[in-house]
Amino acid sequence: MAANPRVEAVAQARGRSRLAPGEGRLGWLMAGPAILLLIGFLVLPFILAFGLAFTNQRLISPNPTEFVGTRNFEGLLTVKVLSLEPERNEAGGTVIGEDGAPVYPALRDITRDRASQYYQLQEWLLFDVGGTRHYVLVGDAVFMKSLVNTIAFALVIVPLQSAFGLLLALLVNRRMRVVNLFRTIYFLPVVTSMVVISLLWKFLYSPDNGLVNEFLGAATFGAIGPVNWLGDPATALPAIMVMSMWQAVGFHMVIWLSGLQTIPSHLYEAAALDGAGRWAQFRNVTWPGLRNTSVFILITITIAAFGLFTQIDVMTKGGPLDSTSTVIFQAVQRGFGQQDIAYGSAISVVFFVMVLSVALIQRYLTREA
Amino acid sequence: MTALKSPTAEPTPLRVGRLTLMIGLALFFVFPIVFMLVSSLKPDHQLLSDTSSLRAFLPIGDVSLDNYVGVFERVPALQFLFNSIVVTGTTVALGLVVNSMAGFAIARMRWTGQRVVLTLIIATLIVPFETIAIPLLLLVSKLPWIGLEGAVPIVTQGWLNSLHVQIIPFIANAFSIFLFVQYFKSLPVEIDEAARVDGAGWFQIYRRIVMPLSGPVIATVAILTFLPVWNAYLWPLMVTQSEAVRPVMVGVQYFFQLNVAWGEVMAYLSMITLPVLALFLALQRAFIESIAASGVKG
Repeated sequence: MAANPRVEAVAQARGRSRLAPGEGRLGWLMAGPAILLLIGFLVLPFILAFGLAFTNQRLISPNPTEFVGTRNFEGLLTVKVLSLEPERNEAGGTVIGEDGAPVYPALRDITRDRASQYYQLQEWLLFDVGGTRHYVLVGDAVFMKSLVNTIAFALVIVPLQSAFGLLLALLVNRRMRVVNLFRTIYFLPVVTSMVVISLLWKFLYSPDNGLVNEFLGAATFGAIGPVNWLGDPATALPAIMVMSMWQAVGFHMVIWLSGLQTIPSHLYEAAALDGAGRWAQFRNVTWPGLRNTSVFILITITIAAFGLFTQIDVMTKGGPLDSTSTVIFQAVQRGFGQQDIAYGSAISVVFFVMVLSVALIQRYLTREA
Repeated sequence: MTALKSPTAEPTPLRVGRLTLMIGLALFFVFPIVFMLVSSLKPDHQLLSDTSSLRAFLPIGDVSLDNYVGVFERVPALQFLFNSIVVTGTTVALGLVVNSMAGFAIARMRWTGQRVVLTLIIATLIVPFETIAIPLLLLVSKLPWIGLEGAVPIVTQGWLNSLHVQIIPFIANAFSIFLFVQYFKSLPVEIDEAARVDGAGWFQIYRRIVMPLSGPVIATVAILTFLPVWNAYLWPLMVTQSEAVRPVMVGVQYFFQLNVAWGEVMAYLSMITLPVLALFLALQRAFIESIAASGVKG
């Protein structure tokens, strides 16, 4: 929205070529408080995020802040592959350890060697291919896991939650009193605090008396034993995904619904006259009519998914074994928990770049043809 | 016209299937909330043993308000509620004034720079709060504040651990301004002209004519401000350390010491959720429409 044609049109229609006396000053005066507050508490911290990310700023520190260049970003984003051959004995054969596997040089000897290009890197992944051991070494292994968790969370949540939301919208898209009741019920979790919901579901997921286990046990006649949903690295993130969708899907139902209601009914009548069945009507009338709504929904879910924090902080604190740690959780852990404002700011900048890329994709998808 | 179809056009089996699905989904969305409310009335041992049957959703057995009494003994719940009400109420009230004035100036007045200002305000919508939270923490820790010690004003450094640190950064809101601008532009310009002929100044037009006509957008902005402030967690977690200023959401931490008393947890959760749910059920149309309005964003 670069210009404000309406204001201009209105001004021209009024035929006023000059500002009324004092109008200019009063305009600034009335918009002033909002402008100042937005500059102070949004624009300034936003610029600070970029500036601080290149320093060693701490929340409280006796030492002066110093510029450290790209050190924080190198810490966050460095990825290097290290391939190691097994140790050889004097005859040139592979050394076999007591467990029957080849012996490789110790990684820590390399990452603790100041002269090595792998100095201070951390092990993120390890795989053996054809007798060679490959390490993927990174500057910050917990951050890498968090980044992957965050993206995985978004990749699962985005298609499922938007599809589920559309299903709900199609179900409640009729003007009947009883249907309004259902719409209200589906919407209840949206107005409920995420803190409350996270605690509630923490109990539902509990391995001892949790309702989820009790229900699954009863429904499968005990075939599914009690699962420690939040305590097992394999199930913790999926459990949080289910809960997050449960909370937010009502919001997207409402957005889909407003999209559905912009589709003119004569299109459906025409399609019905042409003998189109329900599915054909959906494919050829409903879905094309929802194009912009669907882009908007995909983007909002993605950005919200990238910001995943409250559920993690309340339910798992990033555990077990960092399996639920996320980008924002790390930003808060480092920036607030460890008071390393600079490193937390660098993570915030990475997060902003993620959000911006998604917003640019939206721009591209909804561009005027 | 809308895409609403006549329900009679649907064959009966499909209607039954649809209704069954809708009821099933309703149970899915409502069961944790019902469980929370019902469990808040039960002693811990019964709460835990009831989870294996449908009794979990029924207020039967040894039902009492003991857990609620326990909550007030365990945590300063009244203090937390008071803090949340002050923070939320002040943010909503000041937000309505500040953002509507800005919206009015942009939508209905003419001043140099207003187009740039509107463009920049809209541009800030892309910045999520999570991006600025950490630098904002540093910023507010350095800001000066004038407090009163007795009757003597004294200047202190740092806003941390206060009520105003939870309020002031959230008063101005780009999306609220945007909503006010949209709404004010939809009001006919003639009312301004007429009022000016009668000698009214711009501020009087804003206060006596435009604002009284703006009930719907005021409700929308109030709801959209109220919900995130009442439900806020990340920010108060970082900036409040003492019980005297903590809001209800941060208060949940007090329940997780060695032995979790789940009955009391459920009572506390019910207590901090019921005001919002009651408000939502009373004003559900306004709520849903307001939140749908945030779909304009982007």
